[in-house]
Amino acid sequence: MAARSYNLRVYPGFRAVTLLCLFVLYAPLVVVTIYSFNASQSITNWEGVSLRWYADVFTGPESEKFKLAARNSFVIALIAASVATTIATLAATAIIRGGRFRLRTWSFGLISLPLMVPEIVTAVATLIFFNAIGFDRGLLTILLAHIAFCIPFAYLPISARMQGIEASYEQAAQDLYATRRQAFTRVLLPLMMPGIISGFILAFIVSLDDFIITNFVKGAGVETLPTAIFGAVKQGIKPNIMAISTMLLGVSVVMVALSWLISRRDNTK
Amino acid sequence: MATDGTIAIDVRDAVKRYGDFTALKRISLSIRDNEFFTLLGPSGCGKTTLLRMIAGFEDVTEGAIFLFGDEIETLPPHKRPINTVFQDYALFPHMTVIDNVGFGLEMRGKSKSDARKRAGEVLEMVQLSQFANRKPAQLSGGQQQRVALARALAPQPKVLLLDEPLSALDLKLRKAMQIELKHLQRDTGITFIFVTHDQEEALTMSDRIAVMSSGELQQLGDARDIYERPRNMFVADFIGDTNLLSVTVNRVEGQSATCRLASGHQIACDAVEGIAPGAYVHMSIRPERLYLSEPGDGYLSGTVLENIFVGTDITTIVEISPDLRLTVRTSNSDRGAQGIFAPGTAVAVHLEQGAGRLLAD
Repeated sequence: MAARSYNLRVYPGFRAVTLLCLFVLYAPLVVVTIYSFNASQSITNWEGVSLRWYADVFTGPESEKFKLAARNSFVIALIAASVATTIATLAATAIIRGGRFRLRTWSFGLISLPLMVPEIVTAVATLIFFNAIGFDRGLLTILLAHIAFCIPFAYLPISARMQGIEASYEQAAQDLYATRRQAFTRVLLPLMMPGIISGFILAFIVSLDDFIITNFVKGAGVETLPTAIFGAVKQGIKPNIMAISTMLLGVSVVMVALSWLISRRDNTK
Repeated sequence: MATDGTIAIDVRDAVKRYGDFTALKRISLSIRDNEFFTLLGPSGCGKTTLLRMIAGFEDVTEGAIFLFGDEIETLPPHKRPINTVFQDYALFPHMTVIDNVGFGLEMRGKSKSDARKRAGEVLEMVQLSQFANRKPAQLSGGQQQRVALARALAPQPKVLLLDEPLSALDLKLRKAMQIELKHLQRDTGITFIFVTHDQEEALTMSDRIAVMSSGELQQLGDARDIYERPRNMFVADFIGDTNLLSVTVNRVEGQSATCRLASGHQIACDAVEGIAPGAYVHMSIRPERLYLSEPGDGYLSGTVLENIFVGTDITTIVEISPDLRLTVRTSNSDRGAQGIFAPGTAVAVHLEQGAGRLLAD
């Protein structure tokens, strides 16, 4: 009997469970997306297709607030993702290529641990930290917090990529008269690039979407897109929130698709 | 082949330890300039470790390595004018073939255009000019192999190291590459140090061979030396096929000696230094130096157990006594046909003059 692979489709209820999972995951997103095009003032009654809530986001009474929040979000995400990716790349190089140093396992654990710590704990801890050192809360505190929590997200795809790169490439480079630095910039870095780009995109999305930590460390009156949305929702859900959410969803989808396309392009083969 | 006796690589008392494990146990050997030198041995014998020490990828625990008289064992790899053809080729996947070949030249400070020009010439030498702008992944294994070779040769290293570069190729391509490598070595005049576990490959290509096992040098010599005058059991057994017989040395007179098999038969052979009368040692007899005939006039008598057809030859297993079987190789030709007997036939086994070789240990 050679049939070792499991044919999942023969299990009873496989199809039903799969559909249920997909429904639970995606139905809310679909509903929000559809209702963002609703012409109605109400968020539950459908009155036909319209772009009025998208127009409202850009020109309506709350548009200034949202524009500022969006700009903050994107600037913070861009800087935080760049810095976190740089740090993660260096960390991956040291941990994977640095030979067997004593605290190697610890380093790997420490860099991945934040992924498993409840975000609220990180948020409170970060807030306490900024208070303790007397750092005034504002955009800078948000940025610093984002850089910190983005590092493990950027690290994962970068280190995964790096583990797939044979050490013999760098040895070949050094054998061909490249210094260690040249071997890194001319050979290792280009080979790592798909991982680095994936790491950057992941960090960017995580930063863009973050609410809990941002809400704790932001100063009064400083808003990012998620905190601005939350603030608006507290005064009652208007359909324009759905329009913003849909646009944010669009950005995420594009970024994830980009990351997937890049990681699929394996330049070691 | 055309060496003038200059020493290219001199390894002196090299020891390599990994913690408690000793990979190389005090090896000394001199590799001549312009020589095709092979490190031969089974996997784990230390041959690759030695190669990597010469390249600079492994530290030398003890001892020294000289390159044309300069001590190099503390230099980093990029400061050694030595290039390597890696077992997995390690071609840079993100660069084109010509950029791969030009990489070493560029790192040595040549301008991009000079590097490309020289890389083009080397590619021509290995007949890959038409693939210059492809990526390595778009080439076959044999072509990748030649790119790796071109890349390592382009900067004109003083010594070229080859780490089992042919092991991934199929038999036919491997044979063709063996000849090509040999010619390349002769044409470029660069010293080649070749690592392999394939004894046939070593015999085909090398000017001299160092046979290694368990971190020690077993024998160093040219192909003939190693095949015909193995120094010990390991070399005799590892290189080619052989019959190993236990013998007692009877007499040693100058260059010749007489030995006795357990069955009482006498065999004349060359004397070997360090083996005195009364010694109980092994003797190696190559299967092609034995032949069969009708029973009666032979040296040893036995019964044919089986004939194995191997194309160019026929290998016959002959039972002399229940604890002694000999392998006899007869060439598959009309001349050889008269030495072939059906299984079950009684035969006489003859020994060519000087076929027996005493082994020191």
